[in-house]
Amino acid sequence: MTVATPSEHHGHDAEHHPDLRVPGLLTFLISESLMFGGFFATYLFFRQTTDVWPPEGTEVELLVPTINTIILVSSSFVIHFGEMAIKKNNVAGMQWWYKVTAVMGAMFLLGQVYEYLTLGYGMTANVFANCFYIMTGFHGLHVFVGLLLILGVLKRSQRPGHYSATKHTGIEMAEIYWHFVDIIWIVLFTLLYVLTQF
Amino acid sequence: MTQTELPRNTPPDKNPQVAVTHTAHPKKWKWYDYFTFNIDHKVIGIQYLVTAFLFYLIGGLMAIAIRAELATPDADILDPNLYNAFMTNHGTIMIFLWIVPSAIGGFGNYLVPLMVGARDMAFPKLNAIAFWLNPPAGLLLLLSFLFGGSQSGWTAYPPLSLVTAPVAQSLWILAIVLVGTSSILGSLNFVITILMMKVPSLKWDQLPLFCWAILATSVLALLSTPVLAAGLVLLLFDLNFGTSFFKPDAGGNVVIYQHLFWFYSHPAVYLMILPIFGIMSEVIPVHARKPIFGYKAIAYSSVAICVVGLFVWVHHMFTSGTPGWMRMFFTISTLIVAVPTGVKIFAWVATLWGGKIRFTSAMLFAIGLLSMFVMGGLSGVTMGTAPFDVHVHDTYYVVGHFHYVLFGGSVFGIYAGIYHWFPKMTGHKLNEFLGRTHFFLTFIGTNLTFLPMHELGLQGMPRRVAMYDPQFTSLNEICTIGAFILGLSVIPFTINILWSWSRGEVAGDNPWRALTLEWTTSSPPLIENWEVLPVATHGPYDYGHSPEAQPTATPEVSA
Repeated sequence: MTVATPSEHHGHDAEHHPDLRVPGLLTFLISESLMFGGFFATYLFFRQTTDVWPPEGTEVELLVPTINTIILVSSSFVIHFGEMAIKKNNVAGMQWWYKVTAVMGAMFLLGQVYEYLTLGYGMTANVFANCFYIMTGFHGLHVFVGLLLILGVLKRSQRPGHYSATKHTGIEMAEIYWHFVDIIWIVLFTLLYVLTQF
Repeated sequence: MTQTELPRNTPPDKNPQVAVTHTAHPKKWKWYDYFTFNIDHKVIGIQYLVTAFLFYLIGGLMAIAIRAELATPDADILDPNLYNAFMTNHGTIMIFLWIVPSAIGGFGNYLVPLMVGARDMAFPKLNAIAFWLNPPAGLLLLLSFLFGGSQSGWTAYPPLSLVTAPVAQSLWILAIVLVGTSSILGSLNFVITILMMKVPSLKWDQLPLFCWAILATSVLALLSTPVLAAGLVLLLFDLNFGTSFFKPDAGGNVVIYQHLFWFYSHPAVYLMILPIFGIMSEVIPVHARKPIFGYKAIAYSSVAICVVGLFVWVHHMFTSGTPGWMRMFFTISTLIVAVPTGVKIFAWVATLWGGKIRFTSAMLFAIGLLSMFVMGGLSGVTMGTAPFDVHVHDTYYVVGHFHYVLFGGSVFGIYAGIYHWFPKMTGHKLNEFLGRTHFFLTFIGTNLTFLPMHELGLQGMPRRVAMYDPQFTSLNEICTIGAFILGLSVIPFTINILWSWSRGEVAGDNPWRALTLEWTTSSPPLIENWEVLPVATHGPYDYGHSPEAQPTATPEVSA
């Protein structure tokens, strides 16, 4: 028998609607990391089955990517300061840290473009170059999306009262996405740059 | 997307007296609402079902053309390239645009929020986006015929896919990436809806088995679909941008594609059958008037299929130079999947045992499914063992097997679901006479078409060919006759749907006297499902325990 008790008897507005965006985003990111997983598996397969890896003439350079790694990893801390600021209701502080993160993200992308221009070989050179450009390119695309999310947060934070200590899910989501991009990069950097030195 | 952005919410007002204003909403959607970017899960569910059915008709016409061609040993109706294009797109459309979207997208969207007592899915707009990715994907596939048609089979194995009709193949890849995205977005919606939005009164061990099945399906889709996307992106780059991932002469390797492909596409067979298992677990107890046998065993076996299903993909690659230890591992893991599947089959049979079976069309299709799926499952076990698989690889035995599973399993299940839930969706019952006609034509047609294929395969007829040795002619003729009967079977069904939708017998809220929550609202349900959210006070399958406790939660009672 299905009955309504008086406590449930006041329409939808009083019904509890939890904000499900964060678990939704996490689920999506688990799924997306599997796509990178597919690329990583492909890369590792070629690495195992090719004698000289990377083939001669397509070695990676290390300086710019290492600087890039430092920038991206530290930006993950910077963006977290932004979240800590908004939890203390400090919108200006949040904006400052998010702007710094955006600049760092843009520097990372510029560094990647610079690396592409100076490497001396293109995507079609050999299987290593194929993997290199696909993996870093897809990651770069994700950094770009993360950058757009941060800029979106900054734009929305212009509206008075849009974010506050109790209302900052959008900020949190941009941060989670940024951490995701960072984690993927750490795996990618290990595979593409560190492991090719051995 | 916040909950407050949804149009369904009147301005937040905690005053209980004001809450009555929501009754000012229209009670029903108009017909044109179904052609818009509507965010109601019920509209989206029907959009999925109807679109998928249209694609089923298109894919079915392709199948009939293929069977007409195969009625004779020579290629005299379709030229071989066109035959390949039909064969490829038949498989692609049936899997990606008919079974998966109707079973998961259609029934899942329509039923999951109703079954867990929610007003909508967790992310309604995302849900609508997920649906609207499907029609363009289908159009891309049809468009590919202008460029020669994708011809490499639904697996698109390189190097074949790299040498046939490149534009058509690229369109094919884009179409699959679209439906894959749709599937990922839909799945994350289901996971969050089921985990987070069920009414508190509904305990986990009272969750309808269909929801368990959709949960397992969604997890599987979330984990496997992106891997296919990775593989397809690499294939797209090979086709168009000069990379050589899958070009052996330039250092690439075709077997990697097979791994990436089957890591998704083997789980895809569970994506097609797990929701159907869920439908079976709903239909059988209702029409047999018995509590389902082994609720927990059925729920956990869905989860087990989901987990083990991720570790069996290599059985599609036993003949791809797979080393012996892998064949061993994947033979064993493949055979293990038969265990949770068997658990379900036995649970359904045990539910039927001694039940007061009502032979409605829904029940007929469910029982038909049971018999045919056992057959398909057993031939699957034979092929899961590497030695036998090597023998029948790429023969019609394989075609016969997977059509028993996909047609005798999934399609029968979708039909059973439609006959069962049509009264809820439209407020009208389907005509039983037409339903039975539909069932018997389908049942005879399926067996006539696909049973001889096993024999053809054992005799060595290769699959994916437009011409064959004349010794196979007579069996192929039987298959073709069966295929035409299958084609005919759609006619009474379509008439039934169209006629019953407008003038069928009025069903009432709960024509089957079922106990799951979706039957506690009106038929068709109100726009926000319930005036007042229901409270579950008994299990979903407690038939016969307390005969007087039939669900009677009409708005009057609630009020």
